[in-house]
Amino acid sequence: MNAERTNPEPANLEPLEPERYELSEPRRYVFELERREFMRLFGGGLVVIAAASDLLAQESGRGAGQGGRGQGRGQAAPPEISAWVHIDEKGNVRVATGKVEIGQNIRTSLAQTVADELRVPIATITMVMADTDTTPFDMGTFGSLTTPRMAPQLARAAAAAREMLIDRAADQWKVDRASLSARDGKIVAKDGRTAPYGDLTKGQAIAGTIPANPSLDTPEQWQVRGKPIKKVDGRDFVTGRHEYTPDIKRPGLVYGRVIRPDGFGGTLVSVDDAKAKAMAGVTVVRDGDFLGVVAPTERAAARAASAVQASWNVPAGQPSSETVFDYFKKNPEGARQSAPAVDTIQMPAGVVRTFEASYRIPYIAHTPLEPRTAVAEWSPDGKLTVWTGTQRPFGVRSELAEAFRMPEDRVRVIVPDMGSGYGGKHTGECAIETARLAKAAGTPVKVVWTRAEEFEWAYFRPAGVIDIKSGVDASGRIVAWAFDNWNSGASGLQSPYDIALKPAVFHPTKTPLRQGSYRALAATANHYAREMHMDDMARALGVDPLEFRMTHLESDPRMRAVLTAVAQKIGWPKPSAAGRSLGIACGTEKAGWVATAVEVSPAPRAVEGKQAGGFKVERIVIAFECGAIVNPDGLKNQVEGSIVQGLGGALFEAISFKDGRVLNGSMEQYRVPRFRDVPPIETILLDRKDIPSAGAGESSLIALAPAIGSAVRGLGPVARELPVRLL
Amino acid sequence: MARYVLRVNGKDREIDAEPGDSLLSVLRYDFGLTGSRYGCGEGQCGACTVLLDGAGARSCVTRVGTVGTKAITTIEALATAGSSDAAGPVKLHPVQQAFLDVEAFQCGYCTSGMIMAAVGMLKTNPNPSEQDIARMMDRNVCRCGTNLRIVQAIRLAAERMRTTPTAAGGAR
Repeated sequence: MNAERTNPEPANLEPLEPERYELSEPRRYVFELERREFMRLFGGGLVVIAAASDLLAQESGRGAGQGGRGQGRGQAAPPEISAWVHIDEKGNVRVATGKVEIGQNIRTSLAQTVADELRVPIATITMVMADTDTTPFDMGTFGSLTTPRMAPQLARAAAAAREMLIDRAADQWKVDRASLSARDGKIVAKDGRTAPYGDLTKGQAIAGTIPANPSLDTPEQWQVRGKPIKKVDGRDFVTGRHEYTPDIKRPGLVYGRVIRPDGFGGTLVSVDDAKAKAMAGVTVVRDGDFLGVVAPTERAAARAASAVQASWNVPAGQPSSETVFDYFKKNPEGARQSAPAVDTIQMPAGVVRTFEASYRIPYIAHTPLEPRTAVAEWSPDGKLTVWTGTQRPFGVRSELAEAFRMPEDRVRVIVPDMGSGYGGKHTGECAIETARLAKAAGTPVKVVWTRAEEFEWAYFRPAGVIDIKSGVDASGRIVAWAFDNWNSGASGLQSPYDIALKPAVFHPTKTPLRQGSYRALAATANHYAREMHMDDMARALGVDPLEFRMTHLESDPRMRAVLTAVAQKIGWPKPSAAGRSLGIACGTEKAGWVATAVEVSPAPRAVEGKQAGGFKVERIVIAFECGAIVNPDGLKNQVEGSIVQGLGGALFEAISFKDGRVLNGSMEQYRVPRFRDVPPIETILLDRKDIPSAGAGESSLIALAPAIGSAVRGLGPVARELPVRLL
Repeated sequence: MARYVLRVNGKDREIDAEPGDSLLSVLRYDFGLTGSRYGCGEGQCGACTVLLDGAGARSCVTRVGTVGTKAITTIEALATAGSSDAAGPVKLHPVQQAFLDVEAFQCGYCTSGMIMAAVGMLKTNPNPSEQDIARMMDRNVCRCGTNLRIVQAIRLAAERMRTTPTAAGGAR
């Protein structure tokens, strides 16, 4: 067995996501005492507080010496990341990890990993997750890192536990440990004796560490991993029994609402709360620019909130969704700015033709169905416990400790398995608001953000502008490729194609809207622009777009494999019917390789009085490869899901805003994919047992929008923007 | 404030509420029936779907004052007492069982509403095509994108309910 091969951290995996926007913003509320202090220091106006703790700086990629957002690659993960595997005296297994279940199925896939290495039935495993008091520190659940990072750690821990149990049985029975094996929760001897794990652990207190090279199974030996195991707690979801944060009940629980400014950056001028205060049991809390109410019931809190009259001062002249693209180019952020690659690139001799394009990417909203929610409870001795839906329980603990100026060990954050996040729940704003209200109320408080609050006061996937300039030689080969991304992000910035000269620059800029992580980050935007440009060039050169890509992928067999798979499946290059059109695109991100092919048909431009796209997506074929597959059914569910979610950004999602307000902040106005939008999706999973497993919750959506854009070009000219739009 | 008697999951429950208060709020906060989820409060996402006299209804935009004597069924009452299993003495409704068998969910937040909407739909159309399902479920949103599995699960449930009529668990 080759532990070296199955075990190492994948070399091609970035240690951390290159973008952590949401951590670089100042705290939203500066409570009164602190505000006075800052006002003395700064003389009023705008207060900006840098991420204080080293850990946050490390995470944000903005630690000392880092050039700025998106350039902080290469930071090693803190060594504290760890997990516990515990076997009790009855043989029950408890696994503690700070990771969060957000629908990506890690409660099951991590249990599969432990069950496999520990040789126990999966039903004996309890996963204890995302509780800052009872699980080890974890930076957060993002970047598709659970499978490549946490799963191998748990595998090593489980394998070490198994070997210790074998040692113990060998001691008891006075036999050579080589004659013993572990199977189905028992140690079994060649002579037929067996000892359940519980018998071996009874009355013991054994602590061990993981040896440098524990004996691990190879993917070929996997028994539980690699199988389509059902969700371990699936029944709780179909019966409605699962408790998400909005369902948490506490003795004495009351309900809170936050009163929001009239626009982004609004500061509180005056408040008339007489009507609200006259309501039974209502408390109004004002602390700096924070304004909220607490009431005995959820409905009373809503009524009290609407009874409060507040006047806000909202900064004038904020950019709109129309003007923001110019704004980005005129408002760089950070001291060090690079000249655009499209301006500085020197086209090599031999370039016979150049191509230039500029793409616009709008802000889009995560729209998780479970809105931001928290339940906060202060104990009589001043300890704070908060239940909340976040992908970063330990980060939110830090935010709470900082907001209330208390040590982190006096704060506990618990994350019930969550109604999804998609990168949109990294922050603790709702937890802080709720804790502030609970402090005033002197009893536990619950705050559930309304959908309107979620649309306006959460954060967005960054908008951006992407400029490209490329040049081909007389043989039609791309020899130069300059790529600039303003604001939207650095993920997927680098072209995977074999091009001798390919400078790519990410330009951080100021942003009028809160922005942060999103499933696959900027890889979606960067792949859209890159692949649409590839498609443009192929068309202009009269070359088949698939062949054009293959010509520039000599050194990337994994990309060639996924491209070949989708092309065969969709019958490239011939659409299934006259009048229809095919499109294809590919990419790689977070150690996953993906190709997508799409067939579209013409459709009316106007439907039911609304402008419609003039095209319909009829069929999607996706091939995805992320190394050895841990749970094929879970992976297929993730890949299909990412495609459906990706349809939103590709076809209709875009935040419209003006004067500091979101203009389409409701589910009615902001369209997300629905049943009628979902065409047949054919998923091809390439299982590479010879390659360490990478995470799969994100990357599979990156080639969808350009595949659609490319297909729609067969029907007519397409705007250089997202969502895909016929001109 | 007025007093209402609501028929919830086969039992009469009294509640003091404003006529315009949402049924979802009453179910969740007054009756503790948190299986119906709040997703949008606009009747656009379907996470709050319950049955009113057997028909799917969005409880977040259903006003308490308009419910009258209609029988309200929530996800909590869909499974029936019967054979016991590790999770408790319940027999899942065929739609619940099909969702479980197909694993037609990821985060599960939309699942209660999807199942209730599907149960309501199958009462009027016991043999829906994929297009029927897409049309009738269009106001239920799954942000995780498990739509194709949900369609598959509903078709599986429909088939089982047609071939084994008692599978539907009686009157509901």
